[in-house]
Amino acid sequence: MEHLEQFRQEVRDWLEENCPPSMRTPMVPEEEVWGGRNAEYVNPESKLWLDRMGEKGWTAPNIPKEYGGGGLDRDQTKVLHQELFRINARQPLNSFGIWMLAPCIIEFGSEEQKLEHIPKIIKGEIRWCQGYSEPGSGSDLASLSTKAEDMGDHFLVNGQKVWTSYADKADWIFALVRTGPKEPKHNGISFLLIDMATEGVSTKPITLISGKSPFCETFFDNVKAPKENLVGVENSGWTIAKKLLQHERNFISNFGLAGGGTGSGADVVNIAKKYLGEVNGQIANLTHRENITLHKMKEHAFGLTLQRSGDEGAKASAASSMFKYYGTEHNKDRYELMIAAMGNKGLGWTNEGFSDDEQAITKAWLRTKANSIEGGTSEVQLNVISRRVLDLPN
Amino acid sequence: MKLILSEEQQFLKDTAQSFARDKTPVTHFRELRDSENAQCWDETIWKEMVELGWSGILVPEKFGGSDFGMAGISVIMQELGKTLTPSPILSTSVLGVSSINMLGSDKQKDDYLPKIVAGELTTALAIDEGNHHDPFAIETTAIIDGDHWILNGKKVFVVDGASADIILLVARTSGKSGESNGISVFAANKDTTGLNITKISTADSRNYANIEISDLKLEQSALLGEQDLAGETLEKILDLGRIAISAEMLGNTEEAFEVTVNYLKERKQFGVQIGSFQALQHRAAKMFCEIELTKSAVIAAMHAADENSNELERLSSLAKFQAGETLHLVSNEAIQMHGGIGVTDEYDIGFYLKRARVAEQIFGTSEFHQARYADISGF
Repeated sequence: MEHLEQFRQEVRDWLEENCPPSMRTPMVPEEEVWGGRNAEYVNPESKLWLDRMGEKGWTAPNIPKEYGGGGLDRDQTKVLHQELFRINARQPLNSFGIWMLAPCIIEFGSEEQKLEHIPKIIKGEIRWCQGYSEPGSGSDLASLSTKAEDMGDHFLVNGQKVWTSYADKADWIFALVRTGPKEPKHNGISFLLIDMATEGVSTKPITLISGKSPFCETFFDNVKAPKENLVGVENSGWTIAKKLLQHERNFISNFGLAGGGTGSGADVVNIAKKYLGEVNGQIANLTHRENITLHKMKEHAFGLTLQRSGDEGAKASAASSMFKYYGTEHNKDRYELMIAAMGNKGLGWTNEGFSDDEQAITKAWLRTKANSIEGGTSEVQLNVISRRVLDLPN
Repeated sequence: MKLILSEEQQFLKDTAQSFARDKTPVTHFRELRDSENAQCWDETIWKEMVELGWSGILVPEKFGGSDFGMAGISVIMQELGKTLTPSPILSTSVLGVSSINMLGSDKQKDDYLPKIVAGELTTALAIDEGNHHDPFAIETTAIIDGDHWILNGKKVFVVDGASADIILLVARTSGKSGESNGISVFAANKDTTGLNITKISTADSRNYANIEISDLKLEQSALLGEQDLAGETLEKILDLGRIAISAEMLGNTEEAFEVTVNYLKERKQFGVQIGSFQALQHRAAKMFCEIELTKSAVIAAMHAADENSNELERLSSLAKFQAGETLHLVSNEAIQMHGGIGVTDEYDIGFYLKRARVAEQIFGTSEFHQARYADISGF
């Protein structure tokens, strides 16, 4: 404990010296940092903050030091987060590499792959995207057909991925490819890393019901991927794929908490008071107040469940399906409550008649509809709980 | 606050689990229900619980207890809840002990607490007067008359009121119904003239009483603590009761769910196990999620009580709400998923439904706690 308090002081001192002033102000969307070869920094202090945090390895505090991470244990990581939170520090780096790929390379990758890829992820030098879904393979992901043929020193990749977030901005993609066309579907999949700059890779953005989106289609046309970029054993990629999905679900499930994930950051209670009015400091409309209270109580209990899971030291497991299911459904519920409370002010599309904040909520409401689809639908999560947790028969 | 059990708390939970499994399986409750036992709990079983120290878990060491806290007693309640074990733990070891310990003078503590620890005395907290829990809607009056108190009024749905040796009466010594100020608590022996206790018969076959209080004459020393000032403390005592019964309800829920999921794996229709049907799987999976949320709310509330957290009220309401909602859902689904045998008296699952609805009422329904949570949170 004493040791931990000493660590806290060190963190505090370091942050005091190294966190630039503008990085202690609320994040604005255009200043979000995703890193990568082509990153542009609207605010130069964002770059400075990323470099300093990346150098410390604190963008990935629990990854071992030898791969460029912070090498912190669970308690130290918690202290770091508390101290960052205390000074309202901005997230220095958003990264699918950190959230999803790095833990899988640590678990399944070769030593060379760890040394090659993880430090660049942590420093934000290389930006990754995820090549999982295909037009014909959504919930039934294992039916994927993008094929990778063994050509001796490389794989020849042909096929199409869809819903690749930020594929048009990413430097590399981690992709599921079929290497064993004759094997049963789960046993013919490999986990392959592909440089997006390779000849034959192209992307095309997708527009969503909420408007512009980070999603793309990604095409592979005779793409050559060196053999050393295969993670784990050929045809055993499904195990890695599932593990990575658990990391993704854990990340997405934070959406269930106010302020986490995709959203406008608006609080449903404040919104309701503003648009429905207040009586004696309470939301004036009692039906809305009741619905919102239910929602907030569920959120409280859900937040405690995330905390308990952390306290129990539970590893990523089938429980991640519960968090993904509950968190995303809850987030959808939040935005339904929010636009309901706003009445006709919750339905704006452009700035003719609506403030920026109002439009942002409308767009966020539409965006949340994808939360319970991406990363495995709610129905798939319920299947996973039924089979793996409750052990119900197929 | 870490949302896990300490080693000692886990040990206590394991002990209670073995106890419930070995000594009070659901057949024990069934026998009690079918017997002439008017108090609805078994004297010998209670003696064994007392020997295990469960009567004194909330009692300070200097009065002979173990001062093991709400987490300790809650995990016991949870395990007993699994087999629907009736006992005076809630009425005596949680509410009685807390009322005397938090309101009473040293002399009163000395008079009552060691006897409670020894299992020589059980208590009941008589608070509600109407059809719904409403802790400050107290119209029972207590007025001073010379060197005595005179009480008049009525109490309903008093948990274990039909067997308790001491009735703890919540009465108004000033102010008007609905106000927290002006409330006082009195300890009266069950046999005192003016106290007319009638056992009522409820769906869960447990022990409740209605009490008529007419010109009940009590000595000045019957007042627990200070006149008029019990309101705030009473809320805290009730919060402890709410947490304890939430833990019991969590146990009810866990067991009803487990029995149901097992049934889904056994029962065959159309040539397959009915648990292979997605229509049932998804409902089961959703119940699993709600149970996980309930576990978290209950453990957070019991630790908050032990740490004297200023979040106690909110967390106790959250726990009772979440436990009530989840037990409501699971007790209904358990019956539906069992099909025909689920509605037979021969099968145990119906007991959980009947217990559920009564437990949901005790110390405030989900609706009550939702409203309370909203008020405390400033919604």
